[in-house]
Amino acid sequence: MRLFVSEGAPGCLPVLAAAGRARGRAELLITCNPSTLGGRDCVVPFLTRPKVPVLQLDSGNYLFSTSAICRYFFLLSGWEQDDLTNQWLEWEATELQPALSAALYYLVVQGKKGEDVLGSVRRALTYIDHSLSRQNCPFLAGETESLADIVLWGALYPLLQDPAYLPEELSALHSWFQTLSTQEPCQRAAETVLKQQGVLALRPYLQKQPQPSSPEGRAVTNEPEEEELATLSEEEIAMAVTAWENGLESLPPLRPQQNPVLPVTGERNVLITSALPYVNNVPHLGNIIGCVLSADVFARYSRLRQWNTLYLCGTDEYGTATETKAMEEGLTPQEICDKYHIIHADIYRWFNISFDTFGRTTTPQQTKITQDIFQRLLTRGFVLQDTVEQLRCERCARFLADRFVEGVCPFCGYEEARGDQCDKCGKLINAVELKKPQCKVCRSCPVVQSTHHLFLDLPKLEKRLEEWLGRTLPGSDWTPNARFITRSWLRDGLKPRCITRDLKWGTPVPLEGFEDKVFYVWFDATIGYLSITANYTDQWERWWKNPEQVDLYQFMAKDNVPFHGIVFPCSALGAEDNYTLVSHLIATEYLNYEDGKFSKSRGVGVFGDMAQDTGIPADIWRFYLLYIRPEGQDSAFSWTDLLLKNNSELLNNLGNFINRAGMFVSKFFGGYVPEMVLTPDDQRLLAHVTLELQRYHQLLEKVRIRDALRSILTISRHGNQYIQVNEPWKRIKGSEADRQRAGTVTGLAVNIAALLSVMLQPYMPTVSATIQAQLQLPPPACSILLTNFLCTLPAGHQIGTVSPLFQKLENDQIESLRQRFGGGQAKTSPKPAVIETVTTAGPQQIQALMDEVTKQGNIVRELKAQKADKNQVAAEVAKLLDLKKQLAVAEGKPPEAPKGKKKK
Amino acid sequence: MAAAAELSLLEKSLGLSKGNKYSAQGERQTPVLQTNNGPSLTGLTTIAAHLVKQANKEYLLGSTAEEKAIVQQWLEYRVTQIDGHSSKNDIHTLLKDLNSYLEDKVYLTGYNFTLADILLYYGLHRFIIRKLRHTEVGN
Repeated sequence: MRLFVSEGAPGCLPVLAAAGRARGRAELLITCNPSTLGGRDCVVPFLTRPKVPVLQLDSGNYLFSTSAICRYFFLLSGWEQDDLTNQWLEWEATELQPALSAALYYLVVQGKKGEDVLGSVRRALTYIDHSLSRQNCPFLAGETESLADIVLWGALYPLLQDPAYLPEELSALHSWFQTLSTQEPCQRAAETVLKQQGVLALRPYLQKQPQPSSPEGRAVTNEPEEEELATLSEEEIAMAVTAWENGLESLPPLRPQQNPVLPVTGERNVLITSALPYVNNVPHLGNIIGCVLSADVFARYSRLRQWNTLYLCGTDEYGTATETKAMEEGLTPQEICDKYHIIHADIYRWFNISFDTFGRTTTPQQTKITQDIFQRLLTRGFVLQDTVEQLRCERCARFLADRFVEGVCPFCGYEEARGDQCDKCGKLINAVELKKPQCKVCRSCPVVQSTHHLFLDLPKLEKRLEEWLGRTLPGSDWTPNARFITRSWLRDGLKPRCITRDLKWGTPVPLEGFEDKVFYVWFDATIGYLSITANYTDQWERWWKNPEQVDLYQFMAKDNVPFHGIVFPCSALGAEDNYTLVSHLIATEYLNYEDGKFSKSRGVGVFGDMAQDTGIPADIWRFYLLYIRPEGQDSAFSWTDLLLKNNSELLNNLGNFINRAGMFVSKFFGGYVPEMVLTPDDQRLLAHVTLELQRYHQLLEKVRIRDALRSILTISRHGNQYIQVNEPWKRIKGSEADRQRAGTVTGLAVNIAALLSVMLQPYMPTVSATIQAQLQLPPPACSILLTNFLCTLPAGHQIGTVSPLFQKLENDQIESLRQRFGGGQAKTSPKPAVIETVTTAGPQQIQALMDEVTKQGNIVRELKAQKADKNQVAAEVAKLLDLKKQLAVAEGKPPEAPKGKKKK
Repeated sequence: MAAAAELSLLEKSLGLSKGNKYSAQGERQTPVLQTNNGPSLTGLTTIAAHLVKQANKEYLLGSTAEEKAIVQQWLEYRVTQIDGHSSKNDIHTLLKDLNSYLEDKVYLTGYNFTLADILLYYGLHRFIIRKLRHTEVGN
């Protein structure tokens, strides 16, 4: 028989690795024939498209499937096929391959990186990992290596041989992959196919493949999915009922408020930081969601769990940008910082950010701690001195920091490239390489001169860093992008980083000959967390030199990961002073504005101070920003979507439910919670709510803030449906039994409302407090959230005055805001290809359609809940889908699933 | 035809009387068989092969190593190619390839009827029916 393989064709990996099995049982001729790829020479006569690898059997028949060839080699060696292997191979062909070829295509052909590549295969990788760890076997089908291992290994090898794409948290997958990769037949197959070029060897092959359609088939939408109700066991229901009946008594006592908050031995001590916003800019919504707001949700959640929590932040004030800004505004740097620190503090106060302390970096504590860490690094030999060629402006009589130089980009010729980076091509630039450099201040041409600088010797610290990461990452909640960025820095090898700058506005360098220089901001900005704590309490070291007892969560946007994941840990490890290092690094992706980016200079986007003037309450902003939190992928702020989410999720779903539950108590039961006699249906509802509550906890423990918000809305949807089906407003007028039923439904509903108010607290603190005041929820129940749903408003409890929680947002209001803040105009001119006969509808039409979709959605839900006739449900669902399609068209979005619907 | 219905049909033609229950999983509605002894099985061809063994008709999976590999190859073809593509062009290419493959054969493995023939028949059924209807309308 004859095996046709080709360099760079991924399917050849498993085939070559398995070929050894056939040796001695049949004569095997291997032909390495790259020209078959071009399609000129098609090995399999009956296939239109060329295929590699192919096995031509002695009978004249062909095997053109990678798995079938491997299977044949195994069968020849006497192996018998079994169900489990079949299942792995079918899964490989139908689930893994589509995801994997998409990932490889993105990586190799489109040059994408990180999560963009990993995103499409993550689910499949996790599945393998879980299967391996669940069966607790080293191999996929048992104790020994088998066909399934070879086929999957071969499929995965091109991607996973780069450690950046082998997520560390998947430890079972990790060791399985390593075991196979070190075996001789596998190693040799890898060398033959990849030719030591890594994944790039696949480029010629992949370029000929069609572009994969979106791998998961999941469009990016903010729409809630129709939830399928989970099936519940009798046990789960019984447990939910018991917990419910125990009620308020199961709440532990509230922990007393401390000031200052200090770690307590034996408790869970959670230290939360949010990236320090740079002082000279007013933060925009993207900055706010990326750090302070995300960290705030987690801090509030952490307090609801009664964990001992300290949440801190502050303004980052030193550096070039402040000096520039001071020059622009004709103030001293100190005055600029004072002015903007207040602006920042005001914005965060308005957004209800619950800092325990909000400090600043320009304090004596900052100088003291930074200089101490520096001295320790210096005496331990982790600081280098070197001469650097640098631009000096003779007219201004100073060395120019990167941002003070502009010129022509040496790579792409862009005329306004900055000294550190070109805005056009994105390449990092060394300022002396700029063509036609200009001093940004006086526009004269600077000259190159040499000057001394200090460097942090990162290569010398690399090993310690690796050890620390090896201990920290597995089992931690570092976000995938943070892991990826850290990994890729390490993979490229660390280089010494310059830690000094020719500025005045900064922490002075305590070393002879460096009197004119200060520390570079990225060396001392992260030390700001420590100094801000030191200004909060003189016992700051109990937080920051206590890694055994403190769990440190750091929140930031992904551009900040290198400083928190690499540079600061290196400084801290080198200083050898038992510093608390980050346990969970939580990085978001970017938030865009409408169809573009936030831009202060172009006046596009909403900035923190402006949000206050829109008339939209802070909690609504919080809700929407958290709803679209760029968790896992970039997301975009959209005015239309804000209106939609406010009117549908908050007003029609959450607000409607809570208000109705409270109103029934006031109107039908004189403000007193009625007696509740739970039927089996009610008990099932208790269990469903409990399940969703537990999901909320699981998600928030993993800091999946956006996903956990969906759980709140799901419970409220359950509640609405419950009221809708049981119609207490009708039953209250009926027989004694009917009235009792109305009481039970009202009582259960108002208790769900009470639970929602607590779950909502991290997201919408003001609304949460309003609900709790309306329901007169007892104080301990307001501040503690257990994992079980309790009856916190028992029969006889008197509630307060109930009033609506949310206001409808009107189209003209949103339209005028959109115009005021710029952007979004692009929406009215969609790409020509999309224009069919339908033009984008006006806001009134959209609103009308939205209302209809909501109405129809309720009809469908009610029918489903009543277990109505299937055909009837199907008919109503069809109507709903049609309405949704109309809405999508009206909003200018491509309708879903347009396949095969085009008319000629 | 939903996978569950297809598997029930297969059960009947194999003479299995028990009547298994199937659930569906994920976007592709992959069938899952809950077995009494041992873990569940997932995937159309995996379950089909399992049923064949249950009915003691292993010959339907092929007799020699070569036949076994060929049967599995076409089963894979069924779930990746036939179920995976729905554009007119893809279907046309696929039918053309199959036609040219079968030119000198009675069944997919040559002369023996196997599970591959059954599942390919089920899989192609929907295209061929549609095609027939087209012809009728055309006439």
